[in-house]
Amino acid sequence: MPSTTVNPTRQELTRLKNRLRTSIRGHKLLKDKRDELMKQFMDVVRENRALRKRVEEGLMRAHGSFTVAAALMSPEMLEQSLLYPKQSVELDMSFQNIMSVDVPRYHFKTKSQDPGEVYPYGFAQTSGELDDAVDAMSQVFADMLKLAEVEKTSQLLAQEIEKTRRRVNALEYVKIPQMQESIKYITMKLDENERANTIRLMKVKDMLLKESIQERREKNAREIQAFGG
Amino acid sequence: MYRIAVIGDPDSVLGFKALGLEVCPAEDVEQARQAIHRMAKENYAILYLTEQLAAQLQSEIARYQDALTPAIILIPGKEGSLGIGMANVTNAVERAVGADIL
Repeated sequence: MPSTTVNPTRQELTRLKNRLRTSIRGHKLLKDKRDELMKQFMDVVRENRALRKRVEEGLMRAHGSFTVAAALMSPEMLEQSLLYPKQSVELDMSFQNIMSVDVPRYHFKTKSQDPGEVYPYGFAQTSGELDDAVDAMSQVFADMLKLAEVEKTSQLLAQEIEKTRRRVNALEYVKIPQMQESIKYITMKLDENERANTIRLMKVKDMLLKESIQERREKNAREIQAFGG
Repeated sequence: MYRIAVIGDPDSVLGFKALGLEVCPAEDVEQARQAIHRMAKENYAILYLTEQLAAQLQSEIARYQDALTPAIILIPGKEGSLGIGMANVTNAVERAVGADIL
């Protein structure tokens, strides 16, 4: 018995059969989508882990140098030397479509291409550790942008995979069995009706036959009486 | 044109200024929370957030996780890495696959 009540009619049966066909096709397509997404996702996640490790290490090095620099210089001096950056970054974003998921692609342009230009201060008043720190920062910066791109991509893909997985499972384990059940129920019910109809016709036929035999018998009896008696 | 910002305690974010990134020093969690909400409305594409603050801003991060912008990326602050960034990568895998397979 299906969980929802269905009308056992031919129209409903046709409708359900069509829906079942669509569902099975949709299930197959979604399954393919999930598999392909998963393939892409695994690549992205591996890259994500490697990048994150590299960025975290690079930043820790930079922070270490900064701490030393902060210890050697007065806080005001440190802040002053970094107050007006020479370098600036322009970020542009475009979108790439991975299996109908829009993921960001960042394109950045630094104002000056010369890596020696990142120091926004004169060297006379500052400690060498600050140079190291800024240098380490600028080295890790490209990786940081790449990390942002990859990490966002992996988050968006994860979300899409989760959604697709749920859909696939819902179709596979709930919707499709439910429809098959309903179709079975309707078919049985229709067959049952059919048989009931046949039986009814047979009964009616029997009754008619009996009636006509009876009639014939009576007629015969009357004739025998008329001629023989 | 999109913008990039770094949010964190003043000591951790100072260095990013030299790179020409926008810096948003946040003394406490509340300031950081407000900064995230403000920046999410403007055209910031990437927000770098220190893990120390991120540990207390999980709901904010989760809120923007599925949005295209901004991308909130965790970076270690000057106290060192708390491993939240790495854990998030593992979480993404778990969310997608249903189990940690790496």
